[in-house]
Amino acid sequence: MSLLWLILLLLFGGMVAGFSERFHANAPRWVALGVIAIAGAYLATIPIGTEVNAQWIPRFGISLILSMDGLSLAMVALTLFLGLVAIVSSWTEIEDQHGFFQFNLLWTLAGVVGVFTALDLFLFFVFWEVMLVPMYFLIAVWGHEDRAYAAMKFFLFTQISGLLLLFAILALVYFNYAATGVITFSYADLLNADIEADVAFWLMLGFFVAFVVKLPSVPFHTWLADAHTQAPTAGSVILAGILLKTGAYGLIRFVVPLFPDAAMQFRWPAMLLGAVSVVYGGYLAYSQSDFKRLVAYSSVSHMGFVLLGVFAWNALAVQGAVVQMVAHGFSTAALFMVAGALQQRLHTREMGEMGGLWVRAPRMGAVAMFFVIASVGMPGLGNFIGEFLVLLGAFQVDVPLTVAAAVGMVVAVVYGLSLMQRSFQGEPNPGIESIADFGAREMSVMVLMMIALVWLGVYPQTLLSISEPVVSGLGVAP
Amino acid sequence: MTSMDILAIAPHLTLTVSILIVMLVVGFWRNHRLTMVLTVLGFVATFIALFPALDASPRAVTPLIQLDSFAAFFNAMFLIIAAVTALISHRYLEGRAGQLEEYYILLAIATLGAMTLASAQHFAAFLLGLEIMSISLYTLIAYPEEGHPPLEAALKYLVLSGVGSTTLLLGMGLIYNATGSLAFAEIFQSNVVGQQSDAWFVAGQALLIVGVAFKLSLIPFHMWTPDVYQGAPAPVTGYLATVSKASVFAILLRFAVQTETLNQDVIFTLVAATAVLSMVFGNVLALLQDSVKRILAYSSIAHMGYLLIGLLAVSALDDSAMALETCLVFLAGYLAMTVTAFAVVTQISSATSDRDTEQVADFAGLFWRRPVLAAGMTIALLSLAGIPLTAGFIAKFYLFAAGVEGALWSLIWAMIIGSAIAIYYYLKIVFAMTSRESEHEYPPVSMLGAATTVVLGVTIIFLGTYPTPLIDAVQRIVEGFG
Repeated sequence: MSLLWLILLLLFGGMVAGFSERFHANAPRWVALGVIAIAGAYLATIPIGTEVNAQWIPRFGISLILSMDGLSLAMVALTLFLGLVAIVSSWTEIEDQHGFFQFNLLWTLAGVVGVFTALDLFLFFVFWEVMLVPMYFLIAVWGHEDRAYAAMKFFLFTQISGLLLLFAILALVYFNYAATGVITFSYADLLNADIEADVAFWLMLGFFVAFVVKLPSVPFHTWLADAHTQAPTAGSVILAGILLKTGAYGLIRFVVPLFPDAAMQFRWPAMLLGAVSVVYGGYLAYSQSDFKRLVAYSSVSHMGFVLLGVFAWNALAVQGAVVQMVAHGFSTAALFMVAGALQQRLHTREMGEMGGLWVRAPRMGAVAMFFVIASVGMPGLGNFIGEFLVLLGAFQVDVPLTVAAAVGMVVAVVYGLSLMQRSFQGEPNPGIESIADFGAREMSVMVLMMIALVWLGVYPQTLLSISEPVVSGLGVAP
Repeated sequence: MTSMDILAIAPHLTLTVSILIVMLVVGFWRNHRLTMVLTVLGFVATFIALFPALDASPRAVTPLIQLDSFAAFFNAMFLIIAAVTALISHRYLEGRAGQLEEYYILLAIATLGAMTLASAQHFAAFLLGLEIMSISLYTLIAYPEEGHPPLEAALKYLVLSGVGSTTLLLGMGLIYNATGSLAFAEIFQSNVVGQQSDAWFVAGQALLIVGVAFKLSLIPFHMWTPDVYQGAPAPVTGYLATVSKASVFAILLRFAVQTETLNQDVIFTLVAATAVLSMVFGNVLALLQDSVKRILAYSSIAHMGYLLIGLLAVSALDDSAMALETCLVFLAGYLAMTVTAFAVVTQISSATSDRDTEQVADFAGLFWRRPVLAAGMTIALLSLAGIPLTAGFIAKFYLFAAGVEGALWSLIWAMIIGSAIAIYYYLKIVFAMTSRESEHEYPPVSMLGAATTVVLGVTIIFLGTYPTPLIDAVQRIVEGFG
């Protein structure tokens, strides 16, 4: 039952944090911090291979199946860590309704942990949808000036794709029922479902669209910039760091394993979408003048590599996609923290009104430099390993698309350095007298994330050996 | 009439007696609170009487009324909703000039009509139940007679409901002409024995469906709904959207299962067409509204459209058990979330002001001013939007499952499109509630009202997270129905 306890701990902790505001205005964030710390410690005691399996709605063969393998472990650990980052980053930013804020934060995390561990399609769908509601509130209540539009757009995009997913899941279950006479939503059972090729193709497309909207890939990326830009810092950290990964996770865990033939039939269009996302996302990022929007669009570009890697479907590329997911989680979360800190201090996100900030806030400048460099794919840091492995794997499958995606790495350098140049370098803006630099609170999580990225870049084997058994178990080509 | 008959019909008798008692008490001593408490006690006693009645069921008491677990299921829900309506109406009506006590008597009479509908298996009982309920509702809608909107709403309801009843009567007449019977079971026999080709018979059934569509406010027979919903006092609107609709659907379901009317292509197409129209346009029109009551009116139109998928499954599926199960589970979810939404609207409104608190803008800041009510409203709206872990999700899930099994693809697509549109206007209300600016004055919350809201909200979540008890109960009912 340990995995269930982990989720319940976050849910219950969220309620405690919500109510604790009645006693002291600062109580919610300390409670939330404590809950994350306990959850993290608890996660360390859960061995790989743990599984929970209990009946839930026997009428439809729905069970409560939660399972922890290497991939899930990596993702859940990332989730809890970035949850911690989110709480720290929102420490002073949130001015009212602290209790409700931390409640939503912890419930989002609980939903995401559920998504990464559920191995029953119904349960997965429940978590998939449920994590969006508190996220909606994070954007709608504590977002910036245009939050109504952004929150609505975010919810509509993900909900509508969710309906498609539900339809595809039900159809898959029904066709499996028609073939075997057993109603089941269990992932393990459905892996062996015998479905006609043309039906399977449409079902695969339903799953694919739902996950790709979340990833997001061109042409479903438009919600992302608005949601990330308008969300409070903690919301952006969780959105970019974790929620996008649920889409990538869905592709790896469900789309290809459930419909191997149909997915391989769709390989070229999917990889094309990945390559286009890499290049076009980079192009969009470069054309932004808003710090946060730039970082948001860079996510489209980085997640394009994941799409490319998953559909290349060989061990190198899929492993690369996993590394990219983790590394991108750190680098983007950190950049959003910088963006949030700047907005809090300058009350603007426009890079035109910044400039020369390094002089004013050297620690912040150094941190931003480090994570921009990581994000553009400097060897020795995690993102490089991810993108390099993906390109290596994809090269064996489709040379032109790989070449196109590699160009995206050059675009990354362009927008990355332009971000640094426009905000932290150059002539100091005379309008800005002085700003507070990062304090110990911010620096401590930043240093942790730096260590993580360097570790991933220098010795990625730690992560690779955790995910390797999973990846080969899913039936990827060697 | 044997003692077993009396036992089976005990709930109806209990409610009738309790109505008489309340009338007598009001005749001698007018007291608002006492009348409310007595009425609620009457509902509770009737609810308790359902259990011994179940032991005596299924049993036909006179050829008109069939008392079975199917009827008991509906009656239980009607009584709960009627009790909730009475409880929240007390604070709502308090302070209004004039006499308030008859309101509760009318509420109980309407519920008696609804209970009769749920157990009718004969056109005579159908009409009897329908009119008992409708006539009470006309008065309930116009109850705060000082305002202009309630009067207009009541008149609209009177006229259009009358049109619906007339259509129904004509349909019944034509069916009687073709079959020589008013009992559902006998119509079934003529339906099977090669009378399908009789054009008058088919026309009669089509008119019957149209009449029911008026009552269920399915598009294109929905014109009265938004105005009546907006004009009626909030608790009555809630009652109208739940008990009135569910009771008419109950008899439609019984009629459809017993007469297999949907096996005729004409009737099937007619129902499917209104379903698609209601799902798509109900949601589209809701987008344009600024009034929460009107939004909920259109959303109830759309939900009745969804529910028709379950009705169509009666003939589309090999065994109608799954279809019946779908309809009952959906209705349980629909009733829970709708009554919750209206309970909240009722509690932030008062009959003493000239209009209810029902504009979306009036909801601004409810989250911070009335957290319990806002939480209840959010749960109800998320459930209406079909978010998992709420009753509304299980309800839609069932429809999806029945639709996929019955290969009703175009209806499923209409439901997907409708649900997608719907998210927008539900979230609009939720967003308004989170706003930090808040100007509207809300009446104080009563402990009773807050407790009712919490119980309703928890019920929605419980049905959504652990639906197995509901599913088991419904499956037993469906077995007994066959």
